[in-house]
Amino acid sequence: MEDSQKKLAEHSGKSRLEKIGKTISFLCIAFIVFVVLSILYFVASKGIATFTKDGVSLIDFLTGKIWNPGSIGENGKPLTGALPMIAGSFIVTLLAAAVATPFAIGAAIFMTEISPTVGKKILQPVIELLVGIPSVVYGFIGLSVVVPFMRNTFGGSGFGIISAAIVLFVMILPTVTSMSVDTLKSVPRYYREASLALGATRWQTIYKVVLRSATPGLLTAVVFGMARAFGEALAVQMVIGNAALMPTNLITPASTLTSILTMNMGNTVMGTLENNVLWSLALILLVMALFFNILTRWIGKKGAMN
Amino acid sequence: MKFNRYNKLAIAFISTIFLAACSPLEGEESITAVGSSALQPLVEAAGEQYGSENFGKFINVQGGGSGTGLGQIAADAVDIGNSDIFAEEKSGIDASKLVDHRVAVVGITPIVTPEVGVTDISLENLSKIFTGEITNWKELGGKNLPITVLNRSSGSGTRATFDRWVLTEGSKSIVTQEQESSGTVRQIVASTPGTISYVAFSYVDDTVKALSIDGVKPTDKNVKKNKWIIWSYEHMYTNGEPVGLTKDFLDYILSDEVQNTLIGALGYIPTNQMEFERDAKGMTTEVLKKTEQKSD
Amino acid sequence: MNAKKIDKIAVGFLYAMAGVIVLILFSLLAFILWRGIPQISWEFLTTPSKSFQTGGGIVIQLFNSFYLLILTMLISTPLSLGAAIYLSEYAKKNLLTDFIRTIIEVLSSLPSVVVGLFGFLVFVLQWGLGFSILSGAMALTLFNLPLLTRTIEDSLRAIPLTQREAGLALGLSRWETVNLVILPAALPGILTGMILAAGRIFGEAAALIYTAGQSAPALDFTNWNPLSISSPLNVMRPA
Repeated sequence: MEDSQKKLAEHSGKSRLEKIGKTISFLCIAFIVFVVLSILYFVASKGIATFTKDGVSLIDFLTGKIWNPGSIGENGKPLTGALPMIAGSFIVTLLAAAVATPFAIGAAIFMTEISPTVGKKILQPVIELLVGIPSVVYGFIGLSVVVPFMRNTFGGSGFGIISAAIVLFVMILPTVTSMSVDTLKSVPRYYREASLALGATRWQTIYKVVLRSATPGLLTAVVFGMARAFGEALAVQMVIGNAALMPTNLITPASTLTSILTMNMGNTVMGTLENNVLWSLALILLVMALFFNILTRWIGKKGAMN
Repeated sequence: MKFNRYNKLAIAFISTIFLAACSPLEGEESITAVGSSALQPLVEAAGEQYGSENFGKFINVQGGGSGTGLGQIAADAVDIGNSDIFAEEKSGIDASKLVDHRVAVVGITPIVTPEVGVTDISLENLSKIFTGEITNWKELGGKNLPITVLNRSSGSGTRATFDRWVLTEGSKSIVTQEQESSGTVRQIVASTPGTISYVAFSYVDDTVKALSIDGVKPTDKNVKKNKWIIWSYEHMYTNGEPVGLTKDFLDYILSDEVQNTLIGALGYIPTNQMEFERDAKGMTTEVLKKTEQKSD
Repeated sequence: MNAKKIDKIAVGFLYAMAGVIVLILFSLLAFILWRGIPQISWEFLTTPSKSFQTGGGIVIQLFNSFYLLILTMLISTPLSLGAAIYLSEYAKKNLLTDFIRTIIEVLSSLPSVVVGLFGFLVFVLQWGLGFSILSGAMALTLFNLPLLTRTIEDSLRAIPLTQREAGLALGLSRWETVNLVILPAALPGILTGMILAAGRIFGEAAALIYTAGQSAPALDFTNWNPLSISSPLNVMRPA
């Protein structure tokens, strides 16, 4: 009697295994979270040092228009105005997304609704191939094709926001397209059937039913593309011209957070103001990445409620 | 538990690698040199030769920029820190402990797109271009073509040297396009009409035109005689006096064998052929005769 | 009638758009191949590079790329497998899980310079690994984790609930169900995810400059002792 009671009360080998398994998988996730948190902490502590240790005011940093951290401005503080780069990053990202969105969604509709065979046989493999091309290649193509084209069309040097936006457009197009395709594919088939049965044309079905129900997913795809464009460094750096000037038009050289960050990181010494202020730029990038993420999450939730 | 077996295998493999990592083989030695990307090809080439002549010695050469090189050598994280500029010139570096080894001299020349119609320029006008006072090649007797100024990124050694010797005291370059590498600079200058920038002598080729300044041509000979003033040393810094393999390698680079062959072949000017020398403050003095005899 | 016309116009428009995209993508590919193919020869792929002469090949770089890839996969696959199993099988729907997911996605959208420098400061300097394949592989792992975790989790989730129920009904524990039922069924999806992730690693540059270094020492392909610096197997050598 006691034996069997003990046996019943005791954890079986299987449940122990179950515990171990759960612990292992939990440890994996905990490790990943730990690594990410330490990266966040690392960037944040360096980025914040600009304001705490070197006494730069946050407002000067975010709204100043002159970027020259090595020298002292008229008010006796280092010239660390990051506004030109912030503006540059945003304009380039928004432009690229604005051009890429209709193309990507158009292609996705074509691939799922209009001609799935062509889509599957030709477009899909090409798009998947292009997702894996390193950004340096895009930058190189931008430098040897887009920049001369812009120079011949608009004059000037050809380096500038518009060139960067075009390169980014091509870069994020495959990503956004393939994500949009996934979203459209997940719209249940009976939605379409119901709509067609009601006498709607193909376009009406696409426009009023499929696109409507896929909106959150499509938005997520676009925001994801924007996040990628925002964080892209090498390709942009090669074609934007990297002048830390407030962008006044689309064809003169400008700069983005990432281009200034990558260019100067190696030439500054750890722990100095010049270096810390670059980490502050990285911090902005990080906050933006977080923002884009929360945005996609929020869109996803909204979509789920409808 | 198929899955677990694979896991065990993987763990075993990874741990062997980690264990292996901890104990380098007897008789093999390596040092790491980090920093200036301009100096990197030279040190790499010298390291390759050194490695083939001395079995089991390895010289790891990495880029990362002069700032990284100086920062890491000051923190004693690497064996050699490569830099295009004097440690004293870089803010945030404690130069007192660092020992300078000037392995080569590099001349820097302004380059322009071939069709601007200008081949010679005065130092004053060159300065005016970079400070934004002259904006069209027509003002210098060239074609009616707006000038596009292209800088290296601020903090790069080439930029520092150019600014130091070209721009008039106290003035600053206009905020303009910047590029990270000399190769990109040359490509952009070659393809964009009316562009002016500057690169080390070794980067000049047929696609761009090197300007002479006040009638002096950018040649090694003029640099040696200090007639061409835009030049700088390539430094290899050690933290304290070098010892062991580091010392051997530096001696090797500074030996006549390397100085007279490799350095010239890569477009640098050997330090021992200079008739002038400079200190960190930019004071240039003539080298005493006896060193010159030594180099003969 | 009107609706039909609009339908025709819209469909035509979509055809045009797809056409433009195909054109862009194909000209991109054609451009890359056109610039690249003439340079590729058997010698180019099998001879070592020479840093101060033109010519030479990329055999060392090619080998290093694959070696890095394999090492990275070795480190990141078990980790993301565990994480994905936790997320798809054990995690409850609560704030903590949401937080974990956000964190993982933030990791995937970090600019590679930042991750590269983090790797440089932590792996290369702090842990004293130096510029090495190992440092590079660990930095790449950081990139790889979010993507891999996500794809594995997706393929685990794609397995119908009924299979789990069947496993549990047979008296298997949850862990056994995952290992013996779900994982084998999800294997094709997981493999696809791994290949996709591998593609991304192969093209990564910025992070590696700071961790694996830029100069590859001469390798001796007959030296298979992983402790020797010239052996291709040594993980502590720079790549």
